[in-house]
Amino acid sequence: MSDTRTGDTAAEGLEEQAIRKALSSAPRPARPSPLSAVMTFGWRGILKIKHVPEQLIDATMTPVLFTLMFTYMYGGAISGSTGEYLQFILPGILMMSVLFTTVYSGVALNTDLTKGVVDRFRSLPIWRPAPLVGAVVGDSVRYLVAGTVVIVVGTILGYRPEGGWDGVLAALALTIVFSFALAWVFTTLGLIMRSPNAVMNTGFMALFPLTFLSNAFVPPETLPKGLEAFVEVNPISFVVTANRGLMNGTAEAGDILLVLGTALLLTAVFVPLTSRLYRKK
Amino acid sequence: MSGAHELAIEAEGLGKSFGETTAVDGVDLSVRKGAVYGMLGPNGAGKTTTIRMLATLLRPDAGTARVLGHDIVTEADAVRSVVSLTGQLASVDEDLTGRENLILIGRLLGLGRATAKSRADSLLDAFGLTEASGRLVKNYSGGMRRRLDLAASIVVTPELMFLDEPTTGLDPRSRNQVWGIIRALAEEGTTILLCTQYLDEADQLAEGIAVIDRGKVIAEGTPSQLKSSVGSGTLHVRLLEPGQRQSAAEILDRELGTVKLESDPSALSVACDDADRGAEAVAELGRRGVAIAGFSLGQPSLDEVFLALTGRPVEEDESSTEEVEAA
Repeated sequence: MSDTRTGDTAAEGLEEQAIRKALSSAPRPARPSPLSAVMTFGWRGILKIKHVPEQLIDATMTPVLFTLMFTYMYGGAISGSTGEYLQFILPGILMMSVLFTTVYSGVALNTDLTKGVVDRFRSLPIWRPAPLVGAVVGDSVRYLVAGTVVIVVGTILGYRPEGGWDGVLAALALTIVFSFALAWVFTTLGLIMRSPNAVMNTGFMALFPLTFLSNAFVPPETLPKGLEAFVEVNPISFVVTANRGLMNGTAEAGDILLVLGTALLLTAVFVPLTSRLYRKK
Repeated sequence: MSGAHELAIEAEGLGKSFGETTAVDGVDLSVRKGAVYGMLGPNGAGKTTTIRMLATLLRPDAGTARVLGHDIVTEADAVRSVVSLTGQLASVDEDLTGRENLILIGRLLGLGRATAKSRADSLLDAFGLTEASGRLVKNYSGGMRRRLDLAASIVVTPELMFLDEPTTGLDPRSRNQVWGIIRALAEEGTTILLCTQYLDEADQLAEGIAVIDRGKVIAEGTPSQLKSSVGSGTLHVRLLEPGQRQSAAEILDRELGTVKLESDPSALSVACDDADRGAEAVAELGRRGVAIAGFSLGQPSLDEVFLALTGRPVEEDESSTEEVEAA
């Protein structure tokens, strides 16, 4: 008994010495720039994906299922052939697959808030919204994966972009920019809701009708007048129209600007809202 | 005005409510630079809320406070750049490795990539975590997690450190390690505000203690002042044979003073300030043929401090403000 105690004390003595030595006498570094703090949080997000790659299953499997199901189930009925329908819906599926992953930004934030590490982040001398912006930046890896999967699967099934691969890349980039803006709606939700599950359910409940009541899967002309009017003003339709334009090589500057404008508006409203809620938590 | 620079923390009338619940109700604190200062109180007393206000995580509803000369509301940024916080839940990211955690904090404090890495490695080494550095923190033991947490707090040496119940839930060995770390930090000149539920811990580490109850400071002083205001320590004895309790009581009564018979028929206790006299009394029991199952000489516990200061025992009330905050 007394022997182990002496041993412990000796070990502790050594430890205290080591800790004293480890205390840095270096001058306090200048606080990081907002950009550097954001990139550090983005790196944190990517590390989490690296440690638990399974969490990308959602981002990879859902797009595969969507593409297969829509093409083979509705292709014959809606367009007369699966090949033709694939040409029509792929820009829409690209949008849908990527947009669905944005809900996870809100889920992840809600999960984070239950952990002690947020307290440390908030006691650091960094640009206040950096943890939020960084997390969304890290999530864009997910958006990129989901979008790429749709394009690869579509190509295997026979999709050929009339606007060339440049157009496809441009559509992917535009979708990611829009998702980056939309993610802030869900981070706001993530700060209001009580549990990650509630965020997920509410998020999908909002996204499902919005994506289906768009021009992604059927031409709006075939819809009842009232519904057609809604589809025309649904921001999700803006994205699909622009994507279709870019991928078919018929893009109009106005369509793309409309998407960028909507993204800007979402960002302008929901970034301050999220930061405010985050600060108050 | 000149005195302002000697104080690390000066709080006046600090208050915070959550809806109907008043968590902190006019706390005054003054902590000298370089001191280890303890805030002692039961769960829900308002310790965590006070620390969170001082660390700029919560805005006070009432009162003012300056931390190292900076106002916690109007100069929150300046406060953040000189303090660090080790929260009640370990403030580390469970989904990253220990090394990644330290690099992350280093980068967020403004260290360059290479410096952040080498700093992480030397801290892991000093805290005995090199072997576990590549493992995810969620697989760490409580003690390892707490050590990593403390390491993260000193990636850049803070001028003031807030520690919220750093040893709650740790085994005695880990607790001793954490105490050692706190002592080392204090000796190097970091001011430490330590929240704890254990009088023992405050006694070991702090030069001054404020006892907090229901959001108010109800007593303040050095550990020995506090303990003497509470009364002495207690010698607890357990006998092998309950039948011998009467004779044991007589012996202890003669040696030390009024004996209290516990509800356990084989246990008895007696006030005792002096360890040597306590040991002598126990030896006397042995000499007189009283068989002892065990004994301990304890300092007054938080319960006893509370009983003495408030006339009522510690309440673990269900409307714990600590929980209200977490919601």
